[in-house]
Amino acid sequence: MVQKVSVDNIIELRNVSKIYDGKYAVKNASLTIKRGEFVTLLGPSGCGKSTTLRMIAGFEMPTEGQIIFNGKDITNTPPHERPLNTVFQRYALFPHLNVFGNIAFGLKLKVIPNGTKVNRKGETVQLFRKFTKEEIKKKVNDALKMVDLEDYGHRNVASLSGGQQQRVAIARALVNEPEVLLLDEPLGALDLKMRKDMQLELMDMHKRLGITFIYVTHDQEEALTMSDKIIVMRLGEIQQIATPEKIYDEPANAFVADFIGESTILSGTMLDDYKVEFCDTVFECVDSGFKKNEPIDVIIRPEDLKILPKDDPNSLLSAEVLSSVFKGDHFQVMTLAAGNELMAYSNENCAVGSTVGLYIKPFDLHIMHKTRLINEIDTYITGENLVEICGTDFDCVTTLPEGTPVKVSVDFDDVEITDDEEDGTIGATVLSSIYKGSYYQAILSTDDHYIFFADTDDDWLKGDRVGIKIAPEKILIEVRDENAKEEQKTVIDETLTEEERAAIREEQKTPAPEFDSDEELIEEYGVDGEYETDEKEDEE
Amino acid sequence: MKKIVLKKFRLTKKVFSFPYILFLLLFVIVPLVLILVNAFLDGDNRFTFDNFKTFFTSPASTIVLGNSLLVGVITTAVCLILGYPVAYILSKMSSGRLIVLLYVLPMFINFLIRTLATKAIFIAMNVELGMGTVLFGMVYNYLPFMIMPLHTTISSIDKSYYEAAQDLGADKATVFLKTTLPLSVSGIISGITMVFIPTISSFAISQLLSNGKIFLFGDSIQLSFEQNLYGVGSIMSLVMLAFVLVSNLIMNKFNSNSDNVRRSLW
Repeated sequence: MVQKVSVDNIIELRNVSKIYDGKYAVKNASLTIKRGEFVTLLGPSGCGKSTTLRMIAGFEMPTEGQIIFNGKDITNTPPHERPLNTVFQRYALFPHLNVFGNIAFGLKLKVIPNGTKVNRKGETVQLFRKFTKEEIKKKVNDALKMVDLEDYGHRNVASLSGGQQQRVAIARALVNEPEVLLLDEPLGALDLKMRKDMQLELMDMHKRLGITFIYVTHDQEEALTMSDKIIVMRLGEIQQIATPEKIYDEPANAFVADFIGESTILSGTMLDDYKVEFCDTVFECVDSGFKKNEPIDVIIRPEDLKILPKDDPNSLLSAEVLSSVFKGDHFQVMTLAAGNELMAYSNENCAVGSTVGLYIKPFDLHIMHKTRLINEIDTYITGENLVEICGTDFDCVTTLPEGTPVKVSVDFDDVEITDDEEDGTIGATVLSSIYKGSYYQAILSTDDHYIFFADTDDDWLKGDRVGIKIAPEKILIEVRDENAKEEQKTVIDETLTEEERAAIREEQKTPAPEFDSDEELIEEYGVDGEYETDEKEDEE
Repeated sequence: MKKIVLKKFRLTKKVFSFPYILFLLLFVIVPLVLILVNAFLDGDNRFTFDNFKTFFTSPASTIVLGNSLLVGVITTAVCLILGYPVAYILSKMSSGRLIVLLYVLPMFINFLIRTLATKAIFIAMNVELGMGTVLFGMVYNYLPFMIMPLHTTISSIDKSYYEAAQDLGADKATVFLKTTLPLSVSGIISGITMVFIPTISSFAISQLLSNGKIFLFGDSIQLSFEQNLYGVGSIMSLVMLAFVLVSNLIMNKFNSNSDNVRRSLW
């Protein structure tokens, strides 16, 4: 069974990590790509998607983990020996060669089998030869034809438009007949119209050639349009691997939901199986297997939220219209229900200030475990009423002696963000800020890479430097057992069949986790304190 | 009544170029004209073609010319062979820029003092002064002019070209031959220009480092003017000018072939 899986899978990454200057660019990424698939690595800038692609291409060596190609370990194979070709972000067409020269570059270097002969020792030896001039000419012209640039062979690459350069870059990669084509944000430099055309052309090429495409983009629409499978990444970690439909309909966590399409994310409580409470109202849903009264995130897509007249019997929730904006084929209506803002798409304009009823099908309520319920840090007491958090001593209220190992917990509400870095006890960088109906959940990274979650009233700008303050009485301290083991986490590729999953687990020799529902397959995306432990040794 | 329009003087960008234009006129154009005039005058300030005859018929001057070209070509070739690997390695290093500065540092000392010091070292080591020592002095003096433009060009080559070449199946040697080398042509040309032209026109270095045994074109021009042979000196200067112009033209021709490569500062 293991064998069968590796034949279908052309590329496999096993626990691949890449560390730059002690920071994880890619962390423990495991994924499989099937032969002939169109796979997209999707995520915001700096999420590690390009680094992952560059590791597959061979330009970067993984710090840890293995890359398997056709069942063979290619982790240490140099790029020129890998049977894959890349279309680069800014094309990287050679300026000293014309279009023909650029496309012929790879062909001129290639050696092909040319019969066998028996040498003196009686062994059969494989002979190789290079392509002849005529063969190269024919192949280049065919490649030019494929990208609709038949008469451009003699042209200087600098004289071509962005779209034409793009086509030359694709032809240059495809003329070598690679088994896998890697594309690193290839459409990023093109204008919108051109991009849409190229998207369709690439999809068409993928269908015709039947080779595997691995595509990197930050454009969620592009990913949803083109891919067979999407791998969503964030902060170097894989968030979800699934088909576009599944990514859209069943995002693994608040980040994926926020990144893919428009959505309203609200905090709620799972009262019981099939029963969820948010906006002070109990709703029916189709999810089960949560703990009783577990705090959860509810995701509602605006197109799923129906606006009804105020007294409609089907109405589940009464809301006030805050705004209504015409968007071409629909109105984007912002409503306020029980202090939470909900976005809806409506075919009719709604009067601002009027009261309406809202309806949503139980099936359209997407319920997810909260990534983290509380900020937890393993640390030590450093003095009288002092505890170390991220390298700095915080005032706290405790009777424990100095040096006691403790677990510190801080509620999201109690993390205070200050505009000026100097005003806080420690400095941090804002990684993201997600609106949750009535407040923003900010995610902050301190200088030693601990991630703080904070609920605030303000929307903090991504990338900004801020200060973090915590009131002494809000720091909850618990004595910790130092020998406790860290839990291992895994992301499961949702496009795999149950059989394949079993095979992967067997290969990784980890015990199979038990799943109650799909949501549990999903990994939480918080980066925990485990960064701090062995970073120093890994520095290059 | 006629209206007299006085042009108002305004401080435009153009005005700032006036001092240099004046300088150019006085110290470049006027001397050139003087040389041209002198070339056709004999000792009594009469028009004559004799100066040309004297220069082109005397075997001594053609030997000097040949010698100069030979020294120029060898110096340039040695500088390129020594300088390219240095520039290449330094462009791969993060501290390369600093080390390039170390190569330039000797230029802070006056070249005459440097050359005299080199001569003293050769004498102390009992090395016979001759063609070898002259070539050494030339290479020593002009090597930085080769390394600087090469380093600038090689380090400005986009790394993605190397990756693209690797991706298309090129090993390290092929990446160098098929991308780095052709993409650094403009730097090579700048380097050659900056070494070859000063070398063929240099004087003093050859005189000092060969004890006057080796006589280059620059030296003989100096000598002619010292001996008040203005006519012959001017002819030589014109011949030299022709060589500089021709080599510049050839270099530009080469350079325009690789025009789309970002030109180096030099």
